[in-house]
This record gives sequence, structure tokens and C-alpha cells, in this order.
Amino acid sequence: MKPIRIIALLPLMAILGACNAVMLHPSGDVAVQQRDLLLYATELMCIVIVPVVFLTAFFAWHYRHTNTKARYEPHWHHSTLLELVIWGVPVMIIITIGMETWKTAHTLDPYRQLTRIAPDQPVPPGTKPLVVQTVALDWKWLFIYPELGIATVNDLAAPVNQPIEFRITADRVQNALDIPAMAGMVYAYPGMETELHAVINKPGNYMGQSSRFSGAGFSKMHFVFHGLSNADFDKWVADVKASGETLDSAAYLKLAIPSAGEPVHRYGTVDPQLYSTALDQCVGKSSNECLSTQRANDAKKGNGLCRPNVASN
Amino acid sequence: MSPDTPHLDPIFGRLTLGDIPYHEPILLITFAVVALVGLAAVGALTYFRLWGYLWREWITTVDHKRIGIMYVVLAIIMLVRGLADAIMMRLQQAMAFNGSEGYLPPHHYDQIFTAHGVIMIFFVATPLIVGMMNFVVPLQIGARDVSFPYLNNLGFWLTAVAAILVNISLFVGEFSQAGWVGEPPLTGLAASPGVGVDYYLWALQISGIGTTIGAINLVATIFKMRAPGMNLMKMPVFTWTSLCVNALIVISFPFLTISITLLTLDRLFGMHFFTTELGGNPMAYVNLVWIWGHPEVYILILPAFGVYSEVAATFCGKRLFGYTSMVYATVSITVLGFLVWLHHFFTMGSGANINAFFGLMTALIAIPTGVKVYNWLFTMYRGRVRFDVPMLWTISFMLTFLLGGLTGVLCSIPAADFQIHNSLFVVAHFHNVAIGAIVFAMLAAIDYWFPKAFGFKLEPFWGKLSVAFWTVGFFIAFLPIYIAGFMGVTRRTQSFDDPSLQIYFVIAAIGGFVILLGVVFFLIQLFVSIVNREKLRDTTGDPWGGRTLEWATSSPPPAYNFAFTPLVHDIDAWTDMKERGYRRPLDGFKAIHMPSNTSTGIFLSVLLLAFSFAVIWFMWWLAALSFALMLVIGIGHTFNYNRSFHIPADVVARTEGERTRLLAQQG
Amino acid sequence: MTTTTIMSHGKGGEPPAFHVTEEHDHDGASTVIGFWMFLMSDMLLFCGLFAIYAWLGGHYANGPAPLDDGHGGQLFHLPVVAANTVIMLLSAFFCTMGMAETRKGNAGLALKWFGATALLGACFLFNQFSELKHMEAIGATYQTSAFLSCLITLVCAHSLHVIAGLVWVGVLTVQVLQHGLNAANERRVVCFSMFWNFLDITWVCVFIFVYLMGVIR
Repeated sequence: MKPIRIIALLPLMAILGACNAVMLHPSGDVAVQQRDLLLYATELMCIVIVPVVFLTAFFAWHYRHTNTKARYEPHWHHSTLLELVIWGVPVMIIITIGMETWKTAHTLDPYRQLTRIAPDQPVPPGTKPLVVQTVALDWKWLFIYPELGIATVNDLAAPVNQPIEFRITADRVQNALDIPAMAGMVYAYPGMETELHAVINKPGNYMGQSSRFSGAGFSKMHFVFHGLSNADFDKWVADVKASGETLDSAAYLKLAIPSAGEPVHRYGTVDPQLYSTALDQCVGKSSNECLSTQRANDAKKGNGLCRPNVASN
Repeated sequence: MSPDTPHLDPIFGRLTLGDIPYHEPILLITFAVVALVGLAAVGALTYFRLWGYLWREWITTVDHKRIGIMYVVLAIIMLVRGLADAIMMRLQQAMAFNGSEGYLPPHHYDQIFTAHGVIMIFFVATPLIVGMMNFVVPLQIGARDVSFPYLNNLGFWLTAVAAILVNISLFVGEFSQAGWVGEPPLTGLAASPGVGVDYYLWALQISGIGTTIGAINLVATIFKMRAPGMNLMKMPVFTWTSLCVNALIVISFPFLTISITLLTLDRLFGMHFFTTELGGNPMAYVNLVWIWGHPEVYILILPAFGVYSEVAATFCGKRLFGYTSMVYATVSITVLGFLVWLHHFFTMGSGANINAFFGLMTALIAIPTGVKVYNWLFTMYRGRVRFDVPMLWTISFMLTFLLGGLTGVLCSIPAADFQIHNSLFVVAHFHNVAIGAIVFAMLAAIDYWFPKAFGFKLEPFWGKLSVAFWTVGFFIAFLPIYIAGFMGVTRRTQSFDDPSLQIYFVIAAIGGFVILLGVVFFLIQLFVSIVNREKLRDTTGDPWGGRTLEWATSSPPPAYNFAFTPLVHDIDAWTDMKERGYRRPLDGFKAIHMPSNTSTGIFLSVLLLAFSFAVIWFMWWLAALSFALMLVIGIGHTFNYNRSFHIPADVVARTEGERTRLLAQQG
Repeated sequence: MTTTTIMSHGKGGEPPAFHVTEEHDHDGASTVIGFWMFLMSDMLLFCGLFAIYAWLGGHYANGPAPLDDGHGGQLFHLPVVAANTVIMLLSAFFCTMGMAETRKGNAGLALKWFGATALLGACFLFNQFSELKHMEAIGATYQTSAFLSCLITLVCAHSLHVIAGLVWVGVLTVQVLQHGLNAANERRVVCFSMFWNFLDITWVCVFIFVYLMGVIR
């Protein structure tokens, strides 16, 4: 009897758990707006979906072949008014959702500097975002704080209500930086830089991960994102600085060797050029092999059919 | 690894004993089962002396009906393989918590999810729809065969050997571990040096060629071989969707071919299209492959919509509501299908305007799709709904699909997609559509057209059980997956840290087993029906009160389909004929010109299989030999000018006389 | 398909005819439209190659570029390529002449024209091959850079089609000599002529988009 009872309770427990799902209760302003957008679109869609569900059930039951009392018109197949409605209603809903789609594609564009850190709370003028240079390695995350001169592996922290600017690249294969409680994901590509602007509003420890399959160690490519008060953040930075280790080209190349479930590393000093050479795919190589050098040479030799350095290249 | 890698065995290339996974118990057991089933099949064929029959009537056939049936049989066999993969993944994800790695290490798990995707898309869904179109379309348009019967045979065998190649990878070497679209740099030589990606590329290449050949054939058939009087706006909806689908295939598959060819060149010859060094750019592959990949989604779903339209009209005893709307909706989905590929990677950071454009285009597709749902709804309105199994699938689809449509629109909003992209939410969404629309449609289609193909209906009891278990199983399996998506769980994860998630995967695994029962009941349904076929026999040729031309001929149809080419006056030609007192012609039969069988298709396909296997393993002698033989056989085939024969008038008269007798017995 | 106009009858009254009594031979009616569709899908393959060339064609990776082969010379030899273009255009003209003779039923003359087409095709291939040899000699191979991978793949894809065309002409010549210009052979000649003209158009695109635009700026 008991196992059956547990199985019967499973759905209930699942639904209760779902109410606390991170995407429905995020802690960062960007993710909150994304959640609101999801709910808004769902509500709009329900205008069509709910009646259709009931009508399907009702028509199937009412016009069942055993119910000879129901009207039967085998040749009725067209009604201009109905056709107008069935084209018109979806068109109206998609236009409404579409306007929101267009607006949010711009306001929530990950490349865009934040203008607010919470509803009705604009970014104070003169605030500079905290820059975090992010490199997806096989299979761990490297975070470099250029302004603070520190770096960490699989460990990320930021003060609450402080806009953060992620500059993201990858070492060898594609990944995606994803902290669902703060904002959506952005892809990380080798040899290419993407950006994410976000903010965390509540202190706490949040799950961070790679959300783009990247090979054997992918499932272990997690890290903890600490949302900290300003005082705690300063303390965290001081702790990292105290570690005394240095992240230079040699350390990077050692770190880049594929490994899964890598523990947290902290580096008190960082080679300031390291990120740009990582982005250029030439850590420990001659500058001639750097992608940016190659691109500059390409431009001198005349380009192919496309202009140089558009979008990704 | 370039071809001149040292230490290459002159005979076996890079294949060594170490590549045979004899130390993996799961694979060993699988191999034993496959070998036993194979031996049993070979033994039975030999014992009952069926080899000659199989060769003459099936393997070398150019009859579109038999080729269609072979496609469906291939798909059902591969469905079992794909489903086994799914169950293994569900078990793994339900187990791999609290530090446990489950029972599948990443090397194995990654192959399974890749194989599951590849098999379900290329070797289950595609053969199912191609098989259905092959069987039904010529009958629906009143044709005797397709435009290119020989290419039809070749297209089937190419698909079949590609499926075989995927299964060879199970026992010789490994399969790709990089997901079903195989995006570099993960599939590049640097990140995936093994043969897995090569198996993947060649299997897709061969099946892609087969699919393209089949599509060219069907477009030509629909354009050139319609019965007189059937103009485009009198074509049955299933034929319309088939036309759009095959046009989509002809236009989109070249982009698959080119993207995987270039990736093959990268891997085989060390070129630099998609590498991250010397100027290559992996994003080029991602764009190219999705130009094919998104239309592929509509390639699979449009025929499903066609099936529902036929089934709804037939089982509501009523003409389809809004035929013209339906056609325009189909055509607009076809066109829009090409303008949405970027929604597969909004998160790549292409910029707000580009994302917004592709998001809007994607949302636009919801309009014609919504119109279709309304059309089926109002087909039921003032109808006489009979709840036979195909109609049950349709109603179940309408309810399931609405959820898939809702979540699809959510994914189309770029800003929201940044959150749900690559999460299990997306996995649940496309399974919602793939199962709720494509699989249900194909199971409905099998039930609906089975009596046409074999002359007896399927036992409804087990069919209804299958509907119930598939539907309930789908919700049990995928609602938790939706929820896990909201919890930020990423797809393709092999093990988990957060123990609170386990409950969702346990429920999903239970759902997976319920779906498995649905498949088992479907197989039982086939078995029971074959055993009881005399009781279920249909001699009218029109067991459901059908509306389109395929129901005008006998079940199963004679090789020539129609003794006289039908003349069409209205949509739902067969209903029109019945209503206006059509009388079957009883004499005046003439000899009928038909294409002859060919063995070239299977020879070419098997040689191509050998060629691709040889290239994967660097067995250059075998590659050269099989390529030369392909040329000889291919060119040799063109020297055969004698490719058709006539069915004599008295044979036609005898066949039709037998049908007259059976119809008279009916009373 | 019959072209008879079918009158739509009202409901009731004498039922209209529901089948045609005469037999129509469909044999080969769809060949040209089918082959045309094949060519269109083949054209899309080339579109893919052009697209990738447009994207990656400027990525020289410190290697040779159209105007700089790394040894003080040019990688693209415009006179050679222009001569090849003329050869290709001329061969297409010969092919069309062969087609015209086929229409007249003049098998012998048609075969001579097609022979000339093939000969020019072989010249074209020889030039292509020596260009590739030359490039290899100066270290410009398909492994050097994305630009060269794209270029060599595009050019070789076209050359492979030309080789296929040459084999086709050979086979077709034997078949016409065996059976004369019967209906099946005439269809094959039509398809071959479509194919060769398609190759010609493709080469003109390669010439303009790759060679001319690579050199003139």
C-alpha cells in the first residue's frame, strides 16, 4: 500500500515544487522581466487555447454519431464570418505578443547597458558596471575581474544591485553562461566575444552552469554565484587576493587541459593581457597567430565578398 | 587525422579490435538479441522459401504502395531502437543523483541522446511521412504509379542503408557524442577525433540523398500525374501538404548536404571551414545547418496536419471546414518555415533587431497553425463524429498540441528564450509537438490506411489502449520535464547535483514506461489483427466511408491502382462519386502499361554503405572498389531501355471481376 | 493528363463520367521537370558554397590572398581564368548546337557537336588542374586557410560536375550510336544539355564573384 501512496503523492509534490522554480521566482531584475514576459504571453495565448480545449471536448461529445438529435450538415464547410474570426483572433493575439516581442528584444538585449536595477529604480548616474571577463574552458568557468586584478575558477561573486558586465568567450568548444536566477544565458564561442549585462537584487548563493552541451565533462560544469552585500563582497575580494596564486599564460594553459568537476581556484594576481590573448586564441603563441592580427592582415590584403569584422568576425 | 596518418592497417584502416565494444555488457546483450532475431528471421525466410518472393515482390519492387509499406516497416523497427534509447536516458536521469553517476558514463550517455535524436528524426519520423506519402498520394490523385518508380526504390534503399549504418556504429566503433545537429567546434576533429561523428555525417548524408530523390519524385508526380479534372484546388489536403513538404525538402536538403559535406571535408582532409583556427568559423555551420533544420520541422509536421484533415473529414462524415483556408495556411507555413532558422540560436548574440525579426517570423507561424486547429474544430461542428481509433488520435492530438503551440510561442520571444533556451523546457516543447502531432498523426495514419494497404482493419481495442497510454504517458513524462525546465535544468545533462530535482525525473521515467506500454499495445494490435485478419477483412475497399480517391479502388489495390483513370469533378472526389450514383465499370478493360522491377537500387545502396563504411575507417581499397562498382552498376543501368511491361487486358478483367464478385457478396 | 475541358454537372440528373476510357502513356512525361528540380537543388548546393565563400573568403590566415601569393605574385591568374571562361561559354554554345541538331533528328551531326563540347570541357579541366598544381607548388593548399578551403572546394565541386558531364557525354554517345535518337535518348540529350548549360552558368558565377571581384577592387 505504501509505495502506491507515495506514487500518488508524487504529482502533488512535483507541482508544489514547481511553484518555487527558479525561473518563476528569480532574484535578478533581468530574469524578473523575462519571467513577467513569459507570464504575459501565456495569459494572452490562453484567450485562444482555453476556449478551443473546451470546444473540442464539447463538439466531440455533442456531435458524436450516436447523438442523432444533434444537427448534421454534411455539406456545410464554409462560413465567411467564422473564417474572419479564425484568422482574425490569432492575428490580433500575435500582433499583441509581437509588439511586446519587438520591445523586449531591445530592452532585454544582453548587449545593452542596464538602465534600471529594479522596477522603478534606475541605475544611479555615474555607476560603472562591474566587468567580469569570462572564459569557458573544458569543463570549468574562468572568471577574471580586470578592475580588481583577481581571477577565480568555478566561483563567481558580485555585490547586490550593482550592474555587472560579462564579457564572454570560450577556449575550445562552444558553451553558454547561464545563471537562471539572475538573467538568461548567452553563448560562449571560441575566438569570439559575447556580452551579458545583468544585476542581482537579493543576496544569496545561486546556481550557475553551462547550458550548452560541450562534451564529456559538461554535466559537471557548475559554479556557485554569490550575491553579496558590498561589505561581504569586499571581504570576498580580499580573500581572493590573499590566495597569492598568479594566473599567467602558463597557468592558463595548464587550466585549459580538459577536466571535469574542477574545484574552486582563486588567483590573487592576473596577467592583464590574458583575457585578450585567450579571446584571440593565442595564449602562449606568437602574436602572429592571434586572430586579431590575422584579421588585420586580411583587411590589408583585400577582403572577400563580405566586409571585414562584421558581427562575429 | 588526415588520410596519411601513420600506422594505418592496409586492410582494416584504423579499425582495430579495440573498437569492438565487446567489454560493454549492455552492448553485448543488445548484440546477442539483434543477432538472434536476425538469425531467426533468416532461418524463417529460408525455411518457408521466401527469399525469392522477398526479392521479386519487395526488395526490387517499384510499386509505390510496397515501397511505402517498406518505409513504414523500417520506421517501426527504428522506433523500437529510438524508444530504447529514450528509456535508457530516462532511467539514467532518474538515477544519477546524490553523487551517483547512474549506470551510463558520459561517453555512453552522450552517444545515446545523439542517436535518439538522429534516429527519431531521420529514421522514424522521416520514413513514416515519406512512406505514407508514397503509399497514399498516387492513390489520392488517381495515378497508377509515381513519376520515377526506379528512383523511388533507390530512395528507399538509401534511407534503409543509412539506418543500417547508424546501427553498425553500435557494434563497430562508436556514434557521435555531440547532439543531433552536430555543431562544430564540438564535432570538429580537435574535439571529436573518433569515428562517431563520421558515422553520423555519412548516415545523414546518405539518408539526405535518399530523401531528396524521393521528394523530387513526389513533386513531379503531383504536378504531372493527377487524374484529369483534379486541379490544384481540388487536391485532397494530404496531397497538398505532401506537395508543400516535398517542395520544402527539395529546397532545404541541399543545405544539409552542403553543411555536412563541408564538415566532412574539415574532418577528412583537414580543411578550415568550421575550425576555430586559420580563418574557419563554426557559426557558418550553425547558420547553414539550421537553414535546413528549421524547414525540416515543418517537413515533418505538415504531413501530420494533412493526416488529421483527412481523418477529421472522414470520421465526422462531413467535408473539411475551410478547405481554402487550410491550403493557404499550409502554403504560408511552407514559406515562413524558411525565415525562422535563427530562433535556434537567439542566444548567440546576433543583436536585437535580428533576434526581433526572427522572433516575429516565428510567432507569425502560429497564425496559420491556429487556423488549422480551428478548421478541424469546425469540421466536427454539425458532423457525426465516429470515435474510431484514427479519430481518437486526432482528438488527443488537438488537446495535446495546444500546449505545444503555447510553449512554442513562448520560445519564439527572444527575450524570454534567453531563459528557456537549451533548458528542458525546450526539450518538453519539441517532444510535445513531435509526439503530440507527428507520432500521433502517423499512428492515426497507420490505423486509417492499414485496411487500404492490407485488406483488413486493425483491431480497435488495442488501438484505443495505445491511444490512452500514449496520451497519458506523454503528459506524465513531459509535464515534469517542463517544470524541470523552469528550474533551470539544462538538456543533455548526464548527472545532477541538486537532489530536489530527482522527483521530476522519477515521474518522467514512469511516464516513459507508460509510453512504452503504448508502443507495446500498438505492436500487439498489429499482431492480434494479423492473427484475426479474416474476421477483420474488408472487401468493400471503403471501410470508413472515405471521401478521397484511394477508397474508390479495392483493398489492397491492384498493382495498377485503378482499372480506368478516374475523372474528378469536386474536392472529396470519392464522396462526390458516391453521392451522384457512380457505377463501377464492369467491362472494356484495356492492357495497362507499368514499370518493371529493378535491382539497381539495392545494389547501389549497399555499395554506398560499403563505401561510407570504408571512408569512416580509412579502408581505402574498399572505398575505391565500391566506388568503381557503383559507377559500373549506375552506368550499366542506363543501358537498359526495356523498363516497362503491359498488364494484359484479360488479367485486368479477371482482377476486376474478382472484385465485382466480392462486392456482390457484400450485398 | 487529358486537356479536355470537364464540365461540372449539377447534382441530380444523369451522372457525369467518372473515368476516362482511353489509356495515356505517362512514360517519360516527367523526366524534364524532375531533372529540372534536381538541377535546382544542385544550384542550391552551389549557393551554399558561394555563401560560405562570401563569409570566409576573406580569411587568409596570414596565407596567400588573391592579389598576393606570398611570393610577390598574384594567386589569381585572371588571363588563364578568363580563357577558361571563354572555353566554357564556347562549349555551352556547341552543346546548344548539338541540341538543335538533335531536335532535327540529325544524330551524326549532333554527336559531333557534343564531341566538341566534351573536348572543350577536357581543355577546361586541364587548365583547372594546372592552376591547382601551381597553387600547391607555392604552398597554397586547401589546408592553408579558410579562404583556400572555400576556393578549392568551390572550384573542385564545379570540376567534378564537369567530369561527370564528360562521362555522361561518353555514355550517351555509345547509346545514341546503339539505338539512334529514340524518345528515351532524346530525353537524355535534353537533360544533358540542361546540365551543361547549368555548369556554364555556375562557372560564370564563379568567374564573376570569385575571380573578378577578388582581383578588381
